[in-house]
Amino acid sequence: MKTEGRPTSPVAANMNDVKTVSGSKALEQATKLIFETGTPRRTGIDFPKPKGRASRLGANNERKGEIGLPGLSEPETMRHYVRLSQKNYAIDLGVYPLGSCTMKHNPRLNEKVARMLGFADVHPLQPISTVQGALELMYELSDWICKLTGMPAVALTPKAGAHGELCGMMAIRARLDADGQSQRRRVLVPESAHGTNPATAVQCGFTVDEIPASGDGRVNIESLKEKIKSDPDSVAGIMLTNPNTCGLFERDIIEIADLIHAAGGYFYCDGANFNALVGRVRPGDLGVDAMHLNLHKTFSTPHGGGGPGSGPTVLSDALKDHAPVPYVVKTGEGYELVEHKDEVSFGRMCAFHGQMGMYSRALTYMMSHGSDGLKQATEDAVLNANYVQASLSDVMSPAFGGVCMHEALFDDSFLKDTGVDTLDFAKAMIDEGYHPMTMYFPLVVHGAMLIEPTESESKGELDRFIGSMRHLAERATSGDVESFKQAPIYAPMRRLDETQAARKPVLRWTPPSETAEAAE
Amino acid sequence: MRYLPLNQNDRAQMLDIVGVDNIDALFEDVPKSARLKKLIDLPLHQSEAAVERHMSRLSAKSVSASSVPFFCGAGAYKHHIPATVDHLIQRSEFLTAYTPYQPEISQGTLQTLFEFQTQVALLTGMDVANASMYDGSTACAEAVVMAKRVTRKSKAILAPGLHPHYAAATQTLASTLDIQINEVMPEIGADHSVINMITDETACVVVQSPNVFGEIVDLAPIAEKAHSHKALLIAVFTEPVALGLIKSPGEQGADIVVGEGQGIGVGLNFGGPHVGLFACRQKLVRQMPGRVCGETVDANGERGYVLTLSTREQHIRREKATSNICTNSGLCCLAFTIHMSLLGDAGLQQMARLNHENAVHLADVIDGIKGTEVLNETFFNEFTVRLKKPAAEVVQALADKNILGGVPFSRISGGEHEDLLLVCATEVVSDEDIHAFGHALEEVLS
Repeated sequence: MKTEGRPTSPVAANMNDVKTVSGSKALEQATKLIFETGTPRRTGIDFPKPKGRASRLGANNERKGEIGLPGLSEPETMRHYVRLSQKNYAIDLGVYPLGSCTMKHNPRLNEKVARMLGFADVHPLQPISTVQGALELMYELSDWICKLTGMPAVALTPKAGAHGELCGMMAIRARLDADGQSQRRRVLVPESAHGTNPATAVQCGFTVDEIPASGDGRVNIESLKEKIKSDPDSVAGIMLTNPNTCGLFERDIIEIADLIHAAGGYFYCDGANFNALVGRVRPGDLGVDAMHLNLHKTFSTPHGGGGPGSGPTVLSDALKDHAPVPYVVKTGEGYELVEHKDEVSFGRMCAFHGQMGMYSRALTYMMSHGSDGLKQATEDAVLNANYVQASLSDVMSPAFGGVCMHEALFDDSFLKDTGVDTLDFAKAMIDEGYHPMTMYFPLVVHGAMLIEPTESESKGELDRFIGSMRHLAERATSGDVESFKQAPIYAPMRRLDETQAARKPVLRWTPPSETAEAAE
Repeated sequence: MRYLPLNQNDRAQMLDIVGVDNIDALFEDVPKSARLKKLIDLPLHQSEAAVERHMSRLSAKSVSASSVPFFCGAGAYKHHIPATVDHLIQRSEFLTAYTPYQPEISQGTLQTLFEFQTQVALLTGMDVANASMYDGSTACAEAVVMAKRVTRKSKAILAPGLHPHYAAATQTLASTLDIQINEVMPEIGADHSVINMITDETACVVVQSPNVFGEIVDLAPIAEKAHSHKALLIAVFTEPVALGLIKSPGEQGADIVVGEGQGIGVGLNFGGPHVGLFACRQKLVRQMPGRVCGETVDANGERGYVLTLSTREQHIRREKATSNICTNSGLCCLAFTIHMSLLGDAGLQQMARLNHENAVHLADVIDGIKGTEVLNETFFNEFTVRLKKPAAEVVQALADKNILGGVPFSRISGGEHEDLLLVCATEVVSDEDIHAFGHALEEVLS
């Protein structure tokens, strides 16, 4: 090879501040909005020519003029969205330790199955005789869910976890009303609960009564007893996450269930963390009356940048008759759908039968793991979290002593007086190549950092992660504040101004001329 | 187990570092009575090939829409989705990312949400849109709840052309929030009857166009009456493609527009996941439910996007939140955005025109058959036929001839109008399909 005049080794230089003309940074391409690149007259899809049949839209109903939606050719579309995708972090890139969100591996067999025509290309209102395979899948999934949870029934239709919460709380309300207990409108919610719990209770017409946490991160049972005793006839139930949002199993859970039942209320368990229990503990053995499952957490359906989710909700004997429509029943000849509400059902939660695309993925995951693999996955998730906690406990500050379940909670006391806060620490993790953990939640812990590694991480990957976290903790405590305040430096963007975004919301693109007019 | 990276050696080493003898020690907080002593009675793990075989067999037990002449609509529509869409939404970076809580490493999701919101706002003729809801029906229910917050009034009027499942989902959510809703009897061509029902106590009136019977409704007089009583007009649609050809609800005075976005980019999926669209006037934005993405700048002054207005949301406001929702329909709204970017105005209008022409063709064919009557004065890609036999029987007989010939109205109403059949023809329907349908219907009715 001729090397004369052609240096073969790189020259080091500090060029961080140099901007490129294009705005791109090598592999990371600057990407304008489609509204700034496409035009309404362009389309990337070929259609046959209209035949010119007479319109039956009605003379006054036709749209006049342009909508303003830009079109792009197929190669332009491909490039636009591939470039954008490269500005995202993802499970497939690295550790995504968002506590409570359960970012586990999404098997691609699930994707393949979800796209099979008998599930993906069937209409929700086709004759029942033509959708027997889809109904059988729903029935099979229900069977797995009931056996894994030890509960007698499941309502599949809720479209996400929070929708499942609504389902469970509406079933509770329906049962109370049916029993002439409509004065029971007070729901007890621990202060460590997910924000969805109190929001759901209120959306179902209940009032929220908050129970404080005890020193060990669990429900303060004495306080719970007092809350109940103060007015037992107003208690509708309790909404409790188990394992709770501190990553701890509620040791007194059976006693809590008994207390609530004795008072005449029902026990809603938030199943967001069911992935710590599958195969080892069945909620049905804990006195639970209703619990949603997040198929997108425990059963690996993809999070997809925010959805779609799926929140099937298991119901106890006391509540199951109030389940929403539609649901599948097995008859002599096959499967039927019950689509219209009777006197007892609390009604309908969505247009059709819930999230078929998630049912097929979740059942594929369950069958792939089997009874043995699901239990092993649970144990590995709990072991990985404890391994992270144990490996970081000397440099960071675990919020509570002892072992944890599937996630490890730290507070910010190890950062005290360093000038670095939880947010800075999280942003510095980005530069290390990791998505930050859940931060400032749960609220019961100061500057909370909630790490959930899931069972999908190998020991090698965890060791690298632990190495980075130890390095960051040591750097933070050694007085290196400035680099934390600047972080992230290597991400596609630096820290974004969220205050400005909220104060003057710009929620859509507007043509430059209109923007100028608006400013005048 | 192919999905679990740890081996027995790793586990032993890790337990050692944790400082416990065995895995059971990590579950010691579980009450003894609730500790499972053996495996749950379900099948053991299986190979990928075995699971795939099982699922393929299940899949084969259903009749897929693309395998037969297909005419079902009523809230879910069979359109052609370009291969590019499904390829892009399966990119790891989109598929396996979470809600974009860390904007510095989530600009891909955030910018597509911003594009999505803009597309929805343009399509509906509204100022702003959110980052999507679970589906059209839940968007409708949330809009009614929002109208109560905005107007501080609690009476909602649902029009007789609203999809009965949308009415039911709205009823469910409203029932626990002291929102009073009128008894709705589905009826074709009767949507303007709501005008006389609006009073000063009305919080909102909910009107679907094209309505569940396929009829296109002039929203302007309803909007005018609603506004004169300080009530909001919530306009609903179930077929986004229709908006390529008909006047936008925003143009006609709607305050909130909600609908199903499935028709663009998202498959039938037996009813879900679909994607709820939600748009409103700028002045109502702080009462809007759901996730919203907004523009801002980073520390270098570069334009970027973040989730914003989170002070409305449950994770900040808890019991004072505008809604308990924390999920949107992420990947489905990405699919919507990509499909819409391929279409553009030009493509959307062509697609819509083809839908309408096929439906007109179908209506002409059906009109020529004895024992049928097309009831619509106007329609986009679906319409209502009165049959001389119960529609459910006719549809079953057509299915036995391998034609999925529409939706009996009684299927969605729970019994009402058993002689009415809803039929739909999109751009994927061929002339041969239409003629096959015509012949089969003639045979079934004779």
